Amino acid sequence: MEAHSATASAPRAGLRLPGVGAGLGRGTVVLYLSLIVLLPLAALTSQSFEEGFSTFWTQVTSPQAVRSLELTVMCSLIVVAINAVFGTIIAWLLVRDEFPGKSVVNAVIDLPFALPTIVASLTLLALYGNDSPVGIDISSTRIAVVVALLFVTLPFVVRAVQPLLIEMDREMEEAAASLGAGGFTVFRRIIFPNLLPGLAAGVALAFARALGEFGSVLLFAGGLPQTMVSSVFIRQQIESGNDIGAAAVSVVLLVAALLMLAVITWVQRWGSRHERSSGGGLTVMPMSGENFTKVEDDDEGH
Amino acid sequence: MRATSSARSRWGLRTLGLGYLTVLLLAPLVMIFYKTFEHGLAPPIDAITSPDGLHALKLSLLMVAIAVPLNTVFGVGCALLLVRHKWKGNAVIDAIINLPFAISPVVIGLSLFLLYGTQGWLGPSLSEAGIKVLFSVPGMVLASVFVSLPFVVRETVPVLQEIGTEQEQAASTLGANAWQTFWRVTLPAIRWGVAYGVVLTTARVLGEFGAVSIVSGQISGETETLPLFVEKQFANFNTAGAFGASVVLALLALTTLLAMNVLKRKEDA
Repeated sequence: MEAHSATASAPRAGLRLPGVGAGLGRGTVVLYLSLIVLLPLAALTSQSFEEGFSTFWTQVTSPQAVRSLELTVMCSLIVVAINAVFGTIIAWLLVRDEFPGKSVVNAVIDLPFALPTIVASLTLLALYGNDSPVGIDISSTRIAVVVALLFVTLPFVVRAVQPLLIEMDREMEEAAASLGAGGFTVFRRIIFPNLLPGLAAGVALAFARALGEFGSVLLFAGGLPQTMVSSVFIRQQIESGNDIGAAAVSVVLLVAALLMLAVITWVQRWGSRHERSSGGGLTVMPMSGENFTKVEDDDEGH
Repeated sequence: MRATSSARSRWGLRTLGLGYLTVLLLAPLVMIFYKTFEHGLAPPIDAITSPDGLHALKLSLLMVAIAVPLNTVFGVGCALLLVRHKWKGNAVIDAIINLPFAISPVVIGLSLFLLYGTQGWLGPSLSEAGIKVLFSVPGMVLASVFVSLPFVVRETVPVLQEIGTEQEQAASTLGANAWQTFWRVTLPAIRWGVAYGVVLTTARVLGEFGAVSIVSGQISGETETLPLFVEKQFANFNTAGAFGASVVLALLALTTLLAMNVLKRKEDA
């Protein structure tokens, strides 16, 4: 199984490039990723340390930088907690409930994936700003940061939980209910543990997105000291010519992003341990679409 | 007794879930259209058909025309390698592909800004060769390609895993070479997954703001895409212009949602 030569296993493995082709393809992929993704990130990291670690540290620990990082993390945590609850409720409604307009609601969930963030910001400002037709003005406050982040991260939890709810065996729930468990007990003891891997992956991706979000926050929450998230702070530093300061805070965000990706990978390994997944160790992102087809996948296992 | 309480909790959940969606998603969506056409059709149309507006639209379409085919070809090829060719480096490639999902667009923009800037590793030699990357189209293309890189790979990998290899084996037994097998057997089987990835890539490129705003320098009529145009109009207190361009982007977003739904059904069928 392990030690197969490209030619010997060709008929069994389906479409395979000949030995040289695979090497060439791999080389192209590595080169493309290096040029597009890795080289810029390496340049960023190197520039942030250009004047030594102490300058890096001074920049990262400057009161403004710390303030922006604290605000970013706090708001992201609040946002992820709220969307974990509402995302699960919405996923449950979409899978287990029947109501008119359900397919429209299911489609609208992806709106934040499709709508440009700057448009989201402008619209939220029009709706919940000082010109608000509903009389709610939260613009340029921390609540605006939270609302903007809630908007852009809404689909992640819904789309991560939804396929797990579709797959879930209802017999367990029925058994628990017939033994006298109430609705909440069934949820806490049976549904929730089954949803946990998807929920965790969705939450981690939403958290990563929230930490770096820029466009949707920009117009709605603005660049006041008390509403300046890290991404807005970074752009402000670039505009005022402090490249090293901008790069230093960027490296902090970069490390946070890498950590979140590591969490997602770990959660997926942990979640797929029981179900002999055919994933081959490749990650699946909770981004709607193909997740629904996973339902058929698992039937083979029974 | 049980029945009424479960009906009550069902209505409670419906109210909570749908109420949340209304306040957070539907109301803003309606608001874009209301604000745009508040004072009739003329102001938004004037804004979009202004020279800067038209140029922004063209530049946005140019970004799509370059970044989407690049990432589609890369995405399908990369997915084939990851799924069909076991290699110890695959896990690393898989991890790198996810980076653009998690990294802030501003960080991506700054990375390119530093790499291709006057002090950067590549900036000086490229500018000597007469190639201007920053504050011009090449830099904006690089930013668009970076942010939209994962979508086609991520959508194609699971479909490839699912279709298995039986049909491809049959094709090669019947004498088809790798290229024929790909065009006649593999691609038709994965096309909806690929198409779904293409739709997501397009939406992301059209909407990208943070990364492009940093590398472009936001010069009106030169390096301004539609999302940058929206911000500029807003900053210049031309709300009608900002909403006019926003409506174009929102309509494209709605088209994207529609395409996603159609493709999702095709994929499931």
